[in-house]
Amino acid sequence: MAQAAVKTGKQKSIILKSLTDLTFWRGVVAIIVFLVLWEIGSQAKNWFGFMVPFVGKIAPPTDVIARWTEVVTWPGYWESWYLSTGRVFLGFIAAQVVGIPFGLAMAVNKYFRGMFFPPFEILRPIPPLAWVPASIIFWPTTELSIMFVTFLGAFYTIVINVLGGARSIDIQYLRAAQSMGASQWDLFYKIILPGTLPSIFIGAAVGMGITWEVVLAGEMISGGGQQGGGGLGFFIWSSYMGGVMDQVIVGMISIGLAGYISSSLIRYIGKVCMPWRRMF
Amino acid sequence: MNTVSAPSVSNPQAGVMTKGAISIRNVTKVYDPGGVNVLAVEDCSLEIAPGEVCMIVGPSGCGKTTLLNAIAGFHSITSGQIDLDGEMLCGPSKPLADQGADRVVVFQNGALFPWKTLADNVAFGPVVQGTMTKAEARDKAVEMLAEAGLSNVAGKYPGEVSSGMARRAEIVRALINDPKVLLLDEPYRAMDGLTKSIMHESLLEVYDRTKVTIFFITHDLEEAIFLGDRVIVMTTRPARTKKIVDVKIERPRDYRLLSSEEFRVLVEETKEAVHEEAVKAFEAGERELA
Repeated sequence: MAQAAVKTGKQKSIILKSLTDLTFWRGVVAIIVFLVLWEIGSQAKNWFGFMVPFVGKIAPPTDVIARWTEVVTWPGYWESWYLSTGRVFLGFIAAQVVGIPFGLAMAVNKYFRGMFFPPFEILRPIPPLAWVPASIIFWPTTELSIMFVTFLGAFYTIVINVLGGARSIDIQYLRAAQSMGASQWDLFYKIILPGTLPSIFIGAAVGMGITWEVVLAGEMISGGGQQGGGGLGFFIWSSYMGGVMDQVIVGMISIGLAGYISSSLIRYIGKVCMPWRRMF
Repeated sequence: MNTVSAPSVSNPQAGVMTKGAISIRNVTKVYDPGGVNVLAVEDCSLEIAPGEVCMIVGPSGCGKTTLLNAIAGFHSITSGQIDLDGEMLCGPSKPLADQGADRVVVFQNGALFPWKTLADNVAFGPVVQGTMTKAEARDKAVEMLAEAGLSNVAGKYPGEVSSGMARRAEIVRALINDPKVLLLDEPYRAMDGLTKSIMHESLLEVYDRTKVTIFFITHDLEEAIFLGDRVIVMTTRPARTKKIVDVKIERPRDYRLLSSEEFRVLVEETKEAVHEEAVKAFEAGERELA
C-alpha cells in the first residue's frame, strides 16, 4: 500500500508540482506586478499626460511583446542567437580545456605554480574587453578575436576556482588515502580530481555568465559588417543605432534567456557529475 | 615495563601473522611553527604488545596526536626510534616513516571520501594497492559492511548517512586492509553518549574477531578503561608517559561493566593522574598567553 503511494508521488510531474507550490505562485505574482508597473510607468505619458522619470523613456512591455512576435519571424534574429551561442560555447569550452589542467597543475606542483602564477595574476586584472583592440589586430579573423576575448573571460574564473578548490581539499583525505597505500597518481585521480569538481562547476557557472557579458560587448565593438557581425550583441547595438528601442529590449531579454539556459545546462551537468552533492 | 601480552593471532583470511608490536623508544619531536621551537614530545618511551588495545589519554595539546602522526608517517621525529614488529619505522637515519596500509588511521572528524559510496570507500584500500580487482574489493566491502550492520547503506554516500554509520564504515575501511595496527585519533569525540556506546560495542566486536593492535587517543576516561587493555596517561606538553593503568578486565566486555566497582576504581585512579596534568597544562597555557 505504502509503496504504491510512494510510486505515484514520484510520478507527479515537475509542472504539476510547481502549480501546487506556493513559492512558485509568489514568483509568478511578483513578475506580473513588475510588468504591470513597468507598463503603467511607460504609458503614463499617453494615459495620464505626465512623464514618469526614467521608466517613461523605456518602451512598454506591450510594445516589446509586439515587437518580439515580429522579430521571431526574422531568420536574422535566430542567426544572431546561433552566432552568439557559437562564440560563447567555443570560447567557454576552450577556457575549460586549457584552464582546468592549468589550474590543477598549479595546485599540485609548487614549481609550476611559482613559475606561472605571477604572470597569470598580473594579466588577470586586465578586463577581457580591454583586450578587444589587441585581439582584433592579433587574430586573423574577427570571429577568432571575439572568441579569444570570451575565452579570457571564462579562463581566469575557472583557473582561480580550480586552484582555490584543489588547494582547500582537507589534508585528512590525502593522508587517509596515503595510509591506505595510494600512489601519487591515485591521489590525483581519486582524491584531488573529485574533490575539485564542485569548484570546477562553480567556476564554469560563473565563467559562463562572464562569457555572455563579454561576447555582447565584443560584438558591439567589433561587429560591423557581415564578417564577424551578427550575434545578439550586434543585434542590440544596431537596434539602438536604428532608434528601435523596443527591439533593444527584445535583444536584452533574449540574452538574459540565453544566459539562463546556459547556466541551467551547466547546473544540470553538475548534478549528473556530482551525485553526492544534494544541492548545487 | 609491564605488558599485557595477547598472543599473536594468525589471520586465516590473509594467511599472514598479524602482529603489530610497536616499540617507541626515547622519541622527541620538536616542531618549528613560525620560528618558535615547540617541544611536542620529549624522550617518550612506550612498548605496545601485539594485539593490545592501548589507550592514550592526556590533556589537550600535549603531543598525543604527534605520536600517532609519527607512527603513521605523517610527521617526522627529531630523535629516538619507533619500531614495528622489530623493524624500524622511523629513527635517526630515517626521521619520517613511510605511510602504509599496515598502520591505518581513523581520524577525528571522519575522512570518508564524500564522492564515493560507503562500499566504494571501503574498497579503496585493496583497489589502490592492487591486492584485489575492483569487483572483488567491492564484494568484500559489501560483506564487511554487512558484518558491521551497514548493509542497508552500503550504496549511499557519506553525506547521506548518520555520523555513527559513517564512523563505523570508516573503521571497516581501515580493517579491510588487514592492518597490523589501527590508529584512532579521538574517533568518537563528536558523538553523543548513546551513539558512542554503540560505537564501542561495534569496535570491541571487531577487535574480538581480528585482535588487531589498537592505538586509541581519547579524552574520555570511561571510554579508555572500557575499551583498553592499558591506559597510558601522558604528561602535559612535552609529552612523556606519566602513568600506566592496567585494565585487567576479561573480554568480551559489555556495557554492564560500566557500573561495576572494579571499573569505578580504575576510572578514579586514571582521573587523578589526568587531572594533575590538566591543571599543569592549564597553568602553562596561561603563562604562554601572559
